[in-house]
Amino acid sequence: MELNTQQLLKAYRKMREIREFEERLHTENTSGDIPGFIHLYTGEEAIAVGVCENLQQTDYIGSTHRGHGHCIAKGCDIHAMMAEIFGKDAGLCRGKGGSMHIADLSKGMLGANAIVGGAPPLVIGAALTAKTRNNGGVAVSFTGDGGSNQGLVFEAINMAVVLQLPAIFVFENNGYGEATGHNYAVGGRDIAGRAAGFGLPAVTVDGTDFFAVYEATAEAVKRAREGGGPSVIEAKAFRWHGHFEGDPGLYRGEGEIERLRADHDPLKIFASKTAGTLTREALEAIDAEVKAQVDDAVIKARAAGYPVAESLLTDVYVSY
Amino acid sequence: MTIKTYREAIRDALAQEMARDESVVLIGEDLRGGHGGNAPEEAKVEAFGGVLGVTKGLWTQFGSARVIDTPITESAIIGMAAGAAVTGLRPVAELMFMDFFGVSHDALYNQAAKFRYMFGGKAKAPLVVRGMIGAGFSAAAQHSQSPYNIFATTPGLKVVVPSSPYDAKGLLIQSIRDDDPVVFCEHKMLYDMKGEVPDESYTLPLGQANYTREGEDVTIIALSAMVHKANQVADKLLKEGISVEVVDPRTVSPLDEEGILESVASTGRVVIVDESAARFGFAHDVAALIASQAFHFLKAPVALITPPHTPVPFSPALEKLWIPDVDRIEAAVRQLMEA
Ligand SMILES: Cc1ncc(C[n+]2csc(CCOP(=O)(O)OP(=O)(O)O)c2C)c(N)n1
Repeated sequence: MELNTQQLLKAYRKMREIREFEERLHTENTSGDIPGFIHLYTGEEAIAVGVCENLQQTDYIGSTHRGHGHCIAKGCDIHAMMAEIFGKDAGLCRGKGGSMHIADLSKGMLGANAIVGGAPPLVIGAALTAKTRNNGGVAVSFTGDGGSNQGLVFEAINMAVVLQLPAIFVFENNGYGEATGHNYAVGGRDIAGRAAGFGLPAVTVDGTDFFAVYEATAEAVKRAREGGGPSVIEAKAFRWHGHFEGDPGLYRGEGEIERLRADHDPLKIFASKTAGTLTREALEAIDAEVKAQVDDAVIKARAAGYPVAESLLTDVYVSY
Repeated sequence: MTIKTYREAIRDALAQEMARDESVVLIGEDLRGGHGGNAPEEAKVEAFGGVLGVTKGLWTQFGSARVIDTPITESAIIGMAAGAAVTGLRPVAELMFMDFFGVSHDALYNQAAKFRYMFGGKAKAPLVVRGMIGAGFSAAAQHSQSPYNIFATTPGLKVVVPSSPYDAKGLLIQSIRDDDPVVFCEHKMLYDMKGEVPDESYTLPLGQANYTREGEDVTIIALSAMVHKANQVADKLLKEGISVEVVDPRTVSPLDEEGILESVASTGRVVIVDESAARFGFAHDVAALIASQAFHFLKAPVALITPPHTPVPFSPALEKLWIPDVDRIEAAVRQLMEA
């Protein structure tokens, strides 16, 4: 499957947007102005983008507590995301949701989700809508290796198999669920293998390689759109930061993060794989544009106003 | 007495009960942390110690057989605790944020809570489910709720909501020794609160209210973090000659009806402050109790102070308005005095 230059540049831009957004939050967070919990996605950019570059705006994704990358990849507005994370009225959810609940249904983004294992059952609902309407849509859930141990995740997978739903279950195996290693917590250690037992195609890919994720997803999306039912993709990657900002990471090996940054950087891997097609200058131009964009988002988010008191009582019911 | 935080008081209770009774085991996610991580064994011991550090040190003291790190699977955690309890262990399971109970509720509300009754009194399920409640952290709508009202609607479940380090230790030890399933709700904004806590083991009975302030004019009934706001109002108004009694029931179920009614009988004016829910919450239950049992003592309608009937908002600007605050409590007391 050949991607043209324009598509490659777009994929790179998306990954760079995620990287810049997350690294910027990492530094901004030290100011103490960001409320609540922040879980950063750095190191896993190739998964969100590799998946979402196969999707239309009308397809749906369901995300996790580590959701900024999925939001960006699905096309959520970076300015509005930043404002949301700062708790401002200009935020994508009017400051009511915050980092763990960013959603934009107009972009097919069903929400980050603070409940581990929350997305797969919702996503089979979105897949049911697509199947019922017969509109060729697909729905994708993201779940961690830790989340793969929630019973409802595999209940959702079984349902998708039984009903032949156009659903794709992506497992982001970054080796840890909070401070517990996947080696300890995932019985059998093989999430794709476990899923295969439910009777659907399940593959494992290198989640630091955009192309590996992209191709596996393309196949799964094609199958789903053609009525061939659900698939599972286990993407192995690494999380560069703590579970949440402030986690000292005592469970990590010495030099582990430095090694990941050097050897498993999805952006570097992408740049080297596309070296024949994409020039260094083109990538650097994107880097600069994205940096300016994120700078601007932070400045505007900081300057924006908090929600007014009246908004406390709105949005409970459709007509409150 | 020693000064300890609420967090340390809870840890104390767990450690002392584990030392006293071999059948007490802790079950939960990242209670130690570091299992299966890449750090060398020595380095990663107690990597978490619970997500907010409550269980730190217990694994070192009691080992993997009794401080059990689990996969992320609340339904299996609480189900396992229920099954272990009915067969002879005394598990203390951790839900981390109480909001996560939804994933595991069957094991509590259809299983553990009903064993004794359904089995004709021939079984008991001595388990404790610990978890954090409370807003104030900008942790948003899925990490900030206080769902103790939901647990309390299930007969067979005891529900404990301690407001101080002293109460937390005594009530937790009692909860672990109790033969019924107990849901133990720790307010996340209280973990760093300090107070006098005896080093030795002690218990406080479940179902006995504590009068944290004695007074004659108005009774404020409050739980958990709300108790401190009520005390603050009582201290302030005392200087103006308004004498406020603050009653902390400490457990939502069983409820110390007598202790509450006695105070109402003596003051005739009541404010109930509750973080759980604007509808069908603790405040409404207590108001109904008072209306049905002590109506003739009332000099004014009972005042209920709860959050609005909305999910918990993320933005600190809104969250601050959502949580019942001192000003609202004070205004309610003043209004009752004028009525
Ligand atoms: C139902 C539920 N249980 C526990 C938690 C607390 N929690 C938040 S993230 C997390 C770890 C998730 O690990 P994983 O699924 O591997 O995702 P990762 O953080 O690695 O992206 C846990 C235990 C939660 N939010 N929801």
